Amino acid sequence: MAMTITEKILAAHAGKDQVVPGELINARVDLVLGNDITGPVAIKEFNRIGAAGVFDRERIALVPDHFTPNKDIKSAGQSKIMREFAREHKIVNYYDVGRMGIEHCLLPEQGLVGPGDLVIGADSHTCTYGALGTFSTGMGSTDIASAMALGETWLKVPESIKFVFEGPLKPWVTGKDLILRIIGDIGVDGALYKAMEFTGSTIANLSIDGRFSMCNMAVEAGAKNGIVPPDQITRAYVEGRCRRPYRFYQSDPDAAYAKVYKYDATKIEPQIAFPHLPENCRAVSDAGHVEIDQSVIGSCTNGRIEDLREAAKVLRGKKVHNNVRLIIFPGTQDIYLQALGEGLIEAFIRAGAAVSTPTCGPCLGGHMGILAEGERCIATTNRNFVGRMGHPGSEVYLSNPAVAAASAIMGRIAGPWEVE
Amino acid sequence: MEFKGRTWKFGPDVDTDAIIPARYLTTSDPAELAEHCMEDAVPSFPPGFKQGDIFVAGKNFGCGSSREHAPIAIKAAGVSCVIARTFARIFYRNAFNIGLPIFESPEAAEDVCDGDELAVEASTGIITNLTTGRTYKSAPVPPFMQEIIAAGGLINHVAAKLGRG
Ligand code: SF4
Repeated sequence: MAMTITEKILAAHAGKDQVVPGELINARVDLVLGNDITGPVAIKEFNRIGAAGVFDRERIALVPDHFTPNKDIKSAGQSKIMREFAREHKIVNYYDVGRMGIEHCLLPEQGLVGPGDLVIGADSHTCTYGALGTFSTGMGSTDIASAMALGETWLKVPESIKFVFEGPLKPWVTGKDLILRIIGDIGVDGALYKAMEFTGSTIANLSIDGRFSMCNMAVEAGAKNGIVPPDQITRAYVEGRCRRPYRFYQSDPDAAYAKVYKYDATKIEPQIAFPHLPENCRAVSDAGHVEIDQSVIGSCTNGRIEDLREAAKVLRGKKVHNNVRLIIFPGTQDIYLQALGEGLIEAFIRAGAAVSTPTCGPCLGGHMGILAEGERCIATTNRNFVGRMGHPGSEVYLSNPAVAAASAIMGRIAGPWEVE
Repeated sequence: MEFKGRTWKFGPDVDTDAIIPARYLTTSDPAELAEHCMEDAVPSFPPGFKQGDIFVAGKNFGCGSSREHAPIAIKAAGVSCVIARTFARIFYRNAFNIGLPIFESPEAAEDVCDGDELAVEASTGIITNLTTGRTYKSAPVPPFMQEIIAAGGLINHVAAKLGRG
């Protein structure tokens, strides 16, 4: 029977020839992820199981990235729990401050996740790796604790929804704008419990970083996973990088989908998600006059090298508006180094931006750029819920990096074409 | 098992940042998390709230982050169960794993008003509105989830599987 790419990966990991949507399976996992918020809870639960040890010390990744470098005594305590666990169990993929990055930028970059893998993480944006043709999904700490012991997890096979984009993109339109447009159309529960598959000529030409941004926000539509069929662009990224053998799966042409959405990509403009849900999308040109106090460029959605290049294109030789704080977070140390080498960091600092070591920072209202009551921020992050970046009376607007950079210069939500 | 309590009604898409803001995630202590449960969503909560009271919400309850701290905070605050039109998928798993009873019932989510007294029979999923006398059905719990509940949560289930239960 015909299967989608998601179904094929799940079947392979459940040791089956075939699976159908709705079926409950027990699946082998290739990698299990935890961070400094979810990891300590998982470790506590893991210890309650009484397992002799972890199932495979090379297939667990622990990344303290949310409140690190630790912002206070309590968060330092959480990181310490992870560090001690990593030492005790000789966890190979433990990334402490100075070597760490935002987990969803770091894991693909370090070759820990690859096409055809099944990856689970105690972080909702684990779905990011679908950009490589991976099945990956977020779960809670207890599920992760159980997978660290067993090397397997139970899953319900999701139905798939296909999103087909055709045609070239307009200038300044990125993967972020495509996924915001989708969420604007189907809503924050439009793909609840489902797999989102992104295809078409637009996606076939989209960079790997653009694909990461799209799959990253699949969870913002309620999806279990987002996935892009692997191709030459995927191969160029994973070759020489992936530490384990990988496999390209493709959906059968006659596979069944719960729904198919078709988009004329040539008509899509850069998007802004207004507070307080990612589904409140409008074109930047329809945003009206929205003054901002802060602009944040980074996160697991848009903290990769291409994102920084886009921002630098706009910021080079310009000055950040007097009323705006611009904060830029490269996703990993390697991205940071690459940006240094390309002169992007200097361009940012000369423009008046603060550049930070990789961390989740203000994305979740953690530290390094918290908003006061009544303040407004444009951010390349993925969530704009009430209080997400600080005071419950503050506001977050989501956009791509070029728009966030242009807005920082103009002091209000603006398109990059306004500062050219 | 029957849950009985006053309804605290919420709208659609209650996210995990509203349930427990990230600024409190430097701890995983249930009692500490419970103190800040729903703080940004209903600044007046929990005055008037009694142990055993029930949350009723619209679609997509618990959307957003994977933080298990969200169902933990709700449970530790003394909420006996949550009824919603639908639940976000990670929240759904987490709630079962940590032992917070949840019920999907579009009818109840629509009809029940803030302040109504409810009785929920866990085994049948039948919800009775003691204020209006109406009853609602909820979606049956999948058999695998029932196994987890019967074992006393996922960890006990896994421990049993490893022969240590
Ligand atoms: S960057 Fe933001 S969304 Fe991504 S993992 Fe960190 S806190 Fe979560």
